[in-house]
Amino acid sequence: MNYILEILPSLLNGAKLTLEIFFWTLIGSLPLGLLVGLGLTSSFMPLRALLRFYVWLMRGTPLLLQLIFVFYGLPLIANGVFTLERYDAALFAFILNYTAYFAEIFRGGLQSIDQGQYESAKVLRLSYWQTIRKIITPQVIKIVLPSIGNEVINLVKDSSLVYVIGLGDLLRAGNIATSRDVTLTPLILVGIIYLILTAFCTYILQKLERHYSYWR
Amino acid sequence: MLELKNLTKKFDKRIILDGVNFSIDDGKILCIVGQSGAGKTTLLRCISGLERADAGEILVDGKKFDPVNTKNQDSVIGIVFQEFQLFPHLSALENIMLAPELVLKETKVQAKEQAQDLLEKLSLKDKADLYPYQLSGGQKQRLAIARALAMKPKILCYDEPTSALDPALRDAVKKIIVALKKDGITQIVVTHDMEFAKQIADKILKVEVLKK
Repeated sequence: MNYILEILPSLLNGAKLTLEIFFWTLIGSLPLGLLVGLGLTSSFMPLRALLRFYVWLMRGTPLLLQLIFVFYGLPLIANGVFTLERYDAALFAFILNYTAYFAEIFRGGLQSIDQGQYESAKVLRLSYWQTIRKIITPQVIKIVLPSIGNEVINLVKDSSLVYVIGLGDLLRAGNIATSRDVTLTPLILVGIIYLILTAFCTYILQKLERHYSYWR
Repeated sequence: MLELKNLTKKFDKRIILDGVNFSIDDGKILCIVGQSGAGKTTLLRCISGLERADAGEILVDGKKFDPVNTKNQDSVIGIVFQEFQLFPHLSALENIMLAPELVLKETKVQAKEQAQDLLEKLSLKDKADLYPYQLSGGQKQRLAIARALAMKPKILCYDEPTSALDPALRDAVKKIIVALKKDGITQIVVTHDMEFAKQIADKILKVEVLKK
């Protein structure tokens, strides 16, 4: 018990970084994902092609590779002009990656909205962005919420990949303690903390789904 | 007065509307009748700007009118769609208030007052807080009419208003259309139902399937 109390602060410190990455990735990639999703359904072919390529690139390569590339690779290519701090590099890679996944989810949601909804908004003379904001987005959110939830839970765990560029997240804190003290206790604690985090996410997502159940 | 001159619409090379001409005086009811596939709905979509006509022009009160680009213009055309296309995530009241608030920049109080009047007029007063999925077909249609009226259109169009309703409700729609005529609203009704058209129309326009 004493040992647990001893290592808990460093684990919680790691968990703090995990949460920060989690939080800021969502803040960045959810709205971006919606925008890219809109672009993917656009009738302007070059834009669609470009975004499809981006999605293919992001979903077609490991996130781990993308992290390494953003942190170690970009400075090499840009000759030192474009260098990111570890934390910024991690966020950059995560937002790029998650935006692609969210965009695909939003695209599916957008395509399931009846064209008539756009038309009735148009006849009521709403502008394109008013239509997107007030008519389309609320309906799309309800449709995509379960799939988004899946990715959100994934993100909690994916954030552990930042160890590769030397960031001290929850898993890394546990790893350090385990190899230093030759005991599995820290890793068990790490597992429990991840479970608590995902349980919390699941709870919030359930609440959200219930919130959107007032209409059909 | 609404006039169509030589309105033509093609999809690829298929001619749907070939030089349609008609005019309708203010406060009158025009019925556009024809078989399915004759281009009735396409005609309505051209008038309301959902499709761009390939040739011909539309005049409102003698002035040229481009329904596709309606920025900075008064509301001219309102539509009641065949499938109503209510906004499912908004209550009846909110469905009506949305466009007046966003587009006509009415205050919330104004928009709400007007919406309540419209609900009352279309006997939906007790349905204000219900969502579209909680309404019957006839109620949805009346809500769609109320929503269109809230934008104070000069001309209100209906796409097949009787097709989704059982016969008893047909008379209800008829009553509403006739009542709106008394309020001086110009109405265009697209229908395949000749009987219905004869009962309400001041003028009937027949469109036919174009032979190749």
